[in-house]
Amino acid sequence: MDGNVEDFVETARNKQALNMAEMTKVDCRHIDVFYDEKQAIYDISMEIQDRAVTAFIGPSGCGKSTFLRCINRMNDTIESASVKGQIIMDGADINDPSIDPVLLRSRVGMVFQKPNPFPKSIYDNIAYGPRIHGLAAGKSELDEIVESSLRKAGLWEEVKDRLAAPGTSLSGGQQQRLCIARAIAVSPEVILMDEPCSALDPIATARIEELIDELRERYCIVIVTHSMQQAARVSQRTAFFHLGKLVEYGDTERIFTNPEDSRTQDYITGRFG
Amino acid sequence: MLETFGHLPVSWLLFAVLAAAGFVAFFIGRTSAVATAQGSTARLNSQPNYHGYFLAMATIAPAAVILILYSLFGESMVRSQLASELPQRIRDLGTMEMGQYIDRIAENSQRGPGSTTGNALFDAATGRYTSLLGLSRIIAIGLALFGAGVGFFFARRRLSVNFRARARVEDGIKLMLFLCAAIAILTTLGIVASLFFEALRFFARVPVLSFIFGTEWNAQTGADFGAIPLFFGTFMIAFLAMLVAAPIGLLSAIYLSEYASPRFRSIVKPILELLAGIPTVVYGFFALQFVAPLVRSFAVWVNSLPFTPDTLLAAQPTSALAAGLVMGIMIIPFVSSLSDDVINAVPQTLRDGAYAMGATKSETVKQVVMPAALPGVIAALLLAVSRAIGETMIVVMAAGQRAQISPDPTSDLTTITVQIVALLTGDTEFDSAKTLSAFALGFVLFIVTLLFNLIALRVVQKYREKYE
Repeated sequence: MDGNVEDFVETARNKQALNMAEMTKVDCRHIDVFYDEKQAIYDISMEIQDRAVTAFIGPSGCGKSTFLRCINRMNDTIESASVKGQIIMDGADINDPSIDPVLLRSRVGMVFQKPNPFPKSIYDNIAYGPRIHGLAAGKSELDEIVESSLRKAGLWEEVKDRLAAPGTSLSGGQQQRLCIARAIAVSPEVILMDEPCSALDPIATARIEELIDELRERYCIVIVTHSMQQAARVSQRTAFFHLGKLVEYGDTERIFTNPEDSRTQDYITGRFG
Repeated sequence: MLETFGHLPVSWLLFAVLAAAGFVAFFIGRTSAVATAQGSTARLNSQPNYHGYFLAMATIAPAAVILILYSLFGESMVRSQLASELPQRIRDLGTMEMGQYIDRIAENSQRGPGSTTGNALFDAATGRYTSLLGLSRIIAIGLALFGAGVGFFFARRRLSVNFRARARVEDGIKLMLFLCAAIAILTTLGIVASLFFEALRFFARVPVLSFIFGTEWNAQTGADFGAIPLFFGTFMIAFLAMLVAAPIGLLSAIYLSEYASPRFRSIVKPILELLAGIPTVVYGFFALQFVAPLVRSFAVWVNSLPFTPDTLLAAQPTSALAAGLVMGIMIIPFVSSLSDDVINAVPQTLRDGAYAMGATKSETVKQVVMPAALPGVIAALLLAVSRAIGETMIVVMAAGQRAQISPDPTSDLTTITVQIVALLTGDTEFDSAKTLSAFALGFVLFIVTLLFNLIALRVVQKYREKYE
């Protein structure tokens, strides 16, 4: 890693200023989520911008991860969860019965809290998505996808000589970048990240944040984080959740310097949460 | 006096006395600790209770050791003493008959005083036995009480403000737990050793190589001891059983752990495990009465087909296939229950990762969950194989007795376990090669199943390193 974090944040800010083409990628309208009888999300509506990083912050149990999982319908895999409301992506409601969640998830990738490489080689971890979705016509094309995904995730130089080694043999930070590369490999439009750095040390975290900033140019990224500094460093827009409700949503700069809601103010200044 | 002791049920009394001694020692230890603490127990290295426990342990332990040794060896010492005192004509009878004679004496002695038979020699021997027993008991009790006293005395002297009674009690508990574990291991070693030495006696009569590589087995006539046909039968039936159990067990485990709703799972899993609780003799009965005739009529039907030779299949009334099928059903729960646990142990994050890539459920299971669970599944299968190899009742009832090497599953085969049963039931003398061969077979069987279990354990260990 070159330079210190402050420099990196500074350049990120500058880039952000140049790149303010506002375009909505995901439009969530009146989302309610229930786990059995218990309501976890109350009527949340928000527009998520394309080619930008949107951070979800809030105290534990505030529903930010649950809301994130609505965007690729991962809540379908939880028996007791039910989602109400519309999530419009490219003009179609993803909760519509005609939408295949399996195909949706190839458009909306996800990176999890704990690195979860598959019990396969590094190569096969990346090739997994392209293979199941038939994205590569032949071996050479697949090789290309693997290489470019690993390059985009900044992992290629570290692993190019041991692509056949198991994914679990990498360090924690490398594993998380492998998971990001895996998500990129199916060319998604949106990448959801659920506390991607919470299991990593500060250096690996800085590496991932740098990567997120690079990826912002191509993807719509949503990141859930417990670290306010991280939200401030990597995101352009920030949403503050509290008790299943969206309290405040706006430009990161404004949320952190001049929050409108007193709860946001209290959370950001560390008075609760 | 001695005879009275020989008749008394002293053991309970002794337990009561020891327990009382333990209590007394506990209170003495406690009280003296409180006294030495001079009002402030915080000054003590260990709390008064620990002083009490320590003293009680030191009192009971030596006595318990002596009594356990006595209960293990006391009676046989009495018997050998009695044997040496019996008249020459009885001692000439031989070990076995004399043993039975002394058994009768011991039995008579237990009936209590005055149970005479009229046979002067026998009654005298009974009386002698009873007094010898009484003497041995008095010695044992004396030694035990002495041991308890010595233990108490030395332990009492060690108690002081700085004595680390808590650590000593911890050591004592550790030792006790170790001894319990050691008993299980020693028993296993004892069984293996007895098998091994009997097997050695067999191999003194029949060369090892002709046993392991011989292809003829006629143990009942004592002519041929070639174990190959038995191994063939054993592995053939185990293979047939795995052919049934592996796919059904594995697929049902996948269904239960990945697809079934929690409600369905909570009902079906115990039912499936109930299969493991059915006595094997019931399975054997089922195999003999129901499956074997079915297999036979199937074989007859195949033979009657126009394009097959009439003697293609053996179509025996008992068959390897019948035994294998039923055994397969029996070991389904072993496979399914163990694999279900292993599959459940695969972290949910891996599944989420695959779903988030847009994988379907079956793709996730096939390409992510199963590879992750594979080592554990292999271990489950190996345990099931060793179970199938060692299974006895089903094959005794449904596999047949003929030692032959035949790839035809409808022919009757015999297995190692069947032969062991056949060799050791009925009138046997424990000196012939025929009987001893059962121990050799048992020993080899033990080695084989041990190997399978060891491999399974190693595989499981490797798996554990991966996900924790």
